Amino acid sequence: MSKNYKDNLPITAVKFMEEFRRYRKGSVTRRHFLGVTGLGTAMAVLGAAVPGLAPRAAHAYGELGDRLVFSTWPNYHNPVNLEEFTETTGVNIQVNAFGSNEEMLAKLQAGGAGWDVFVPTNYTITTYVELGLIQELDLSLIPNFDAASQNPVFAGPATVNGKVYAVPKNWGTTGFVVNTKQITSGPKSWKDFFDVTMGAGSGHTIVHDYQLTTIGAAMCAFGFSFNSIVPEELDKAEKLLIDAKPHLFAITSDYQPGMRSGDAWMSICWTGDGKQLNTDLPEMEYVVASDGGELWSDFYAIPSDAPHLTAAYAFINYMQDPYIQARDFAVHGYPTSDSRVDAMLPADTINDPILYPAKELMDGLEFGAAKTLTDPGRAEVMARFKSA
Amino acid sequence: MAAATAGGRKGPWLTVALLAPTSAWFLILLVMPLAVVVIFSFGARAPMGGYAAAFTFEQYANLPSRFAAFKNTMTFAPLGTLLCLLIAYPLAYYLAVKVSPRWKLLLLVLVIVPFWTSLLIRTYAWIFILGGRGIPALLELIGIEGVRLINTPGAVMLGIVYGYLPLMVFPIFVSLEKLDKGLLEVSSDLGGTPLRTFLQVTLPLSMPGMATGCMLVFILLMGEFLIPAFLGGGKIFFIGNALVDLFLQSRNWPFGSAVAVTLVVIMLITVSLYMRLTMGKSTGRDESLM
Repeated sequence: MSKNYKDNLPITAVKFMEEFRRYRKGSVTRRHFLGVTGLGTAMAVLGAAVPGLAPRAAHAYGELGDRLVFSTWPNYHNPVNLEEFTETTGVNIQVNAFGSNEEMLAKLQAGGAGWDVFVPTNYTITTYVELGLIQELDLSLIPNFDAASQNPVFAGPATVNGKVYAVPKNWGTTGFVVNTKQITSGPKSWKDFFDVTMGAGSGHTIVHDYQLTTIGAAMCAFGFSFNSIVPEELDKAEKLLIDAKPHLFAITSDYQPGMRSGDAWMSICWTGDGKQLNTDLPEMEYVVASDGGELWSDFYAIPSDAPHLTAAYAFINYMQDPYIQARDFAVHGYPTSDSRVDAMLPADTINDPILYPAKELMDGLEFGAAKTLTDPGRAEVMARFKSA
Repeated sequence: MAAATAGGRKGPWLTVALLAPTSAWFLILLVMPLAVVVIFSFGARAPMGGYAAAFTFEQYANLPSRFAAFKNTMTFAPLGTLLCLLIAYPLAYYLAVKVSPRWKLLLLVLVIVPFWTSLLIRTYAWIFILGGRGIPALLELIGIEGVRLINTPGAVMLGIVYGYLPLMVFPIFVSLEKLDKGLLEVSSDLGGTPLRTFLQVTLPLSMPGMATGCMLVFILLMGEFLIPAFLGGGKIFFIGNALVDLFLQSRNWPFGSAVAVTLVVIMLITVSLYMRLTMGKSTGRDESLM
């Protein structure tokens, strides 16, 4: 690969002004300018709201319509990719960012969400299938997807009763990030995490506003399963969380601002956020806890009532292109399960300990379970913890 | 006379025609959804979340588990309304009475302009102002260390007053603006000191504006969830946050409905008491004025 992957990182203010000057002088085309600055995506989003602004490019994929509603997670895409899709197909993408799988499920369960493509996590897929909320995929319409190049550990959950309902996006781990300038004791486990929270780091810890990871972390601290729904174990986890609550900085899944401002010193963290923080601030260390945690993979799926089905397939196919996936990776830092993508990445990336933790740490991790998503006990513990 | 009678006969049809869209709107978008919420509140949570038909009081029995959320809302909403009133009144008074007409429009626009930006974005800005690199960093420069502003009850209250102040300023401004200056002259003519004139003439006459402002702010505050989530770091939990969680995270729609119905009932009681109180006062005043 001739291009350095850093080329695709979000643009800085200085670079932006440089590009802007180039564009004004006519040294670069408008298309290049919109592409490198990410402004094209912003316009594509605006365009979806104001039809008059919509680009009218030739439809290389046939008649796709002019709009696609896409529900995904924050900091999870390269804007250049989305902009390029709009430029080549004329389909404007309306992006909704979500904070939890529960919220996505709630929106689809309520009906009439109007989504065309969304990004569910491994452990939710069986529930979506049982409730009839997602449709079986016609893989012949996604030629860029190559089952043979996929790591079955991560791609497996997409197949339910022998039918494929989703194609893989990225995978990662759930651990925690520590500001080593502030916390010098070197916490290595969830037990350490909560000890530091209620000790030296009091007032500076963030836990997610997400029952799976926050209760899961408390479960691991006791040596229970990350997915436990055993009532006695839930009681213990609830007590630990409520004891820790006065010592927390915040309960939020948007933890990067707090970590970056220096207000928070430690937070439950996903791989990509850990990578993004560590790249910008080397004192931010990502820890995969020695007493367990989560291993997860995300997918592209199509809701049963998707209004723009052709555009949905075209979009998923586009996103499965290894080059496009590599470009996404350069921005968000989450590994893929596609060996064709790995082959395109620089060697130091493949050996990155944040992205690819050591095997003995990986062995302790668990995939989230379907029962954890729907269990009323977990939901209620989280709600009581938050309203305590 | 004949024309007037003819108009009177046509009246009912015209009234019906004019009121039909409003009534339909009211029925379809307010009454029916509310009925659904009431029905849901007696139901049960489906195994995978959502609603399952049932008839049980279980959801209402579970209400005490959200006591803290009710308590927070019932503390912050009245207190926030009071603070808004105390800050908005002098501002509105200044705008309506003191400032020269040349500047009035400009100053009014300055109060309105923030309203053109989404509350979400403005609240997000406060995260950075109150966060470690904002005001606390400035305080450190002058030697005051370890100040924590973000994610505290104070930050939530600040966000509330900031966000809701214009809603209080405008009604008070309007009522003060309309105030008959002649009455003030009469008061001083009859020997009233400026303070007495203010307390016995200006203040009572601006009562309707204050009542409207308080109502606007209080009702909206009872459902607030964004400011506590952003500036309270999710640790200060309002009833609005409990509702968001119950519908989106726990997907316990029946319990969420029960909480919503309870909130509506609390609001109806508070607001009707409040209206009886303020209306009674202002009509009393009107009569004595006549």
